[in-house]
Amino acid sequence: MSVPHTLLGLLEVQPRHGYDLKRAYDAHFGHDRPLKPGQVYATLGRLERDGFVVVSGTDREGGPDRTTYAVTADGVTDLDHWFSEPEGPSAYLQPVLFAKVVLALQSGRDAAQVLDAQRAEHLVAMRSLTALKHGADLDRVLGLDFALFHLEADLRWLEHTAARLDRLGKELSR
Amino acid sequence: MTEPMLTARDLHLSFGASPALAGASVDVLPGEVLALLGPSGSGKSTLLHCLAGILVPDRGEVRYRGSRLDSLSDELRSGLRRTDFGFVFQFGSLVPELSAVDNVALPLRLGGHRRRESEARALEWLERLEVADVAHKRAGEMSGGQGQRVAVARALVSGPRVIFADEPTGALDSLNGELVMDLLVGAAREQGSSIVLVTHEPRIAAYADREVVIRDGALAAAVVA
Ligand SMILES: Nc1ncnc2c1ncn2[C@@H]1O[C@H](COP(=O)(O)OP(=O)(O)OP(=O)(O)O)[C@@H](O)[C@H]1O
Ligand SMILES: [Mg+2]
Repeated sequence: MSVPHTLLGLLEVQPRHGYDLKRAYDAHFGHDRPLKPGQVYATLGRLERDGFVVVSGTDREGGPDRTTYAVTADGVTDLDHWFSEPEGPSAYLQPVLFAKVVLALQSGRDAAQVLDAQRAEHLVAMRSLTALKHGADLDRVLGLDFALFHLEADLRWLEHTAARLDRLGKELSR
Repeated sequence: MTEPMLTARDLHLSFGASPALAGASVDVLPGEVLALLGPSGSGKSTLLHCLAGILVPDRGEVRYRGSRLDSLSDELRSGLRRTDFGFVFQFGSLVPELSAVDNVALPLRLGGHRRRESEARALEWLERLEVADVAHKRAGEMSGGQGQRVAVARALVSGPRVIFADEPTGALDSLNGELVMDLLVGAAREQGSSIVLVTHEPRIAAYADREVVIRDGALAAAVVA
């Protein structure tokens, strides 16, 4: 998750002050990991220094000053670049899962058991994510889908590996 | 402790010399969605067909609401399939020459309901599944996704106690697959029906309350939610 670009993207939709920005971020992207207020202000500071956002107003309705930030033309250019550039294909699969299967294999353990345990664990998580989709807002649904598809990818890789092992085992025992 | 709706105990079934089931046991509880998972050729469809009384095991027993299903006559078993069970298969669930509405009305017609009433109820289900627009198309002329939704409507129309679904989303893209599952599971929950679901897609299995894994014709792992 690139926090600076995500905040910049939210500011492109509409200018906001820091707290508002944090709320928008948490609502769309931060269900599991809300932003810390300090992180918002530090990021805004850096974006301002780089010329991607400017202060577009201050209001002081009763409480403390509230500074509103807006995206600049350079900020939009930077976003254009971010959107047009695909992410490096990073491994979403938890490294520990990979390590476990490889090590199970290398040590002659039952990789199918590793798979069964992991499948059950993943499906418990997938079941609750699927249940959360029921009646949720579209952007929440999209976020839940994102998690679901990645968990599914883990499982597919595990099933694929187990099937390959089965076949390999059968070939070796011929 | 709730009595299971369906139980299979130590089922064995061979096609010629090759065993398809080798000691499979499973319970299906009332109102639960149970996923059958496992590699290709492991015996999932065979187990589903035994549970539904379509195939009779060589050995072991199948009970439906406490009574033996495997020892019923063919006639009684097919009667039960009509009154108590609904089916969705990956392919060929529908009669290709019949229109969508006639396909969905078929279980009601076979159950002795009048034509007009059967068609009205069939249309309601087609509407719920958002395929009322193809109601008068023949099944053979519909897209895979439309046909699958019509098949779901047909499986649900008579309010079955158990729905057997073998790869019901296998031919669908992920969004249509999700729509079909939402409707299938939603309607089953409403009616209190159980679902026995075979799938190889984890996201589809995640609709189930519980999954069992079959490997080489027997249960490898049973995991309670
Ligand atoms: N009618 C049949 N005649 C002969 N063999 C059969 C028949 N039906 C199934 N089999 C065999 O029984 C075994 C189990 O088949 P089954 O269809 O139950 O597998 P499955 O788990 O449903 O696989 P898939 O995921 O590919 O649908 C396979 O080896 C298959 O070849
Ligand atoms: Mg099958």
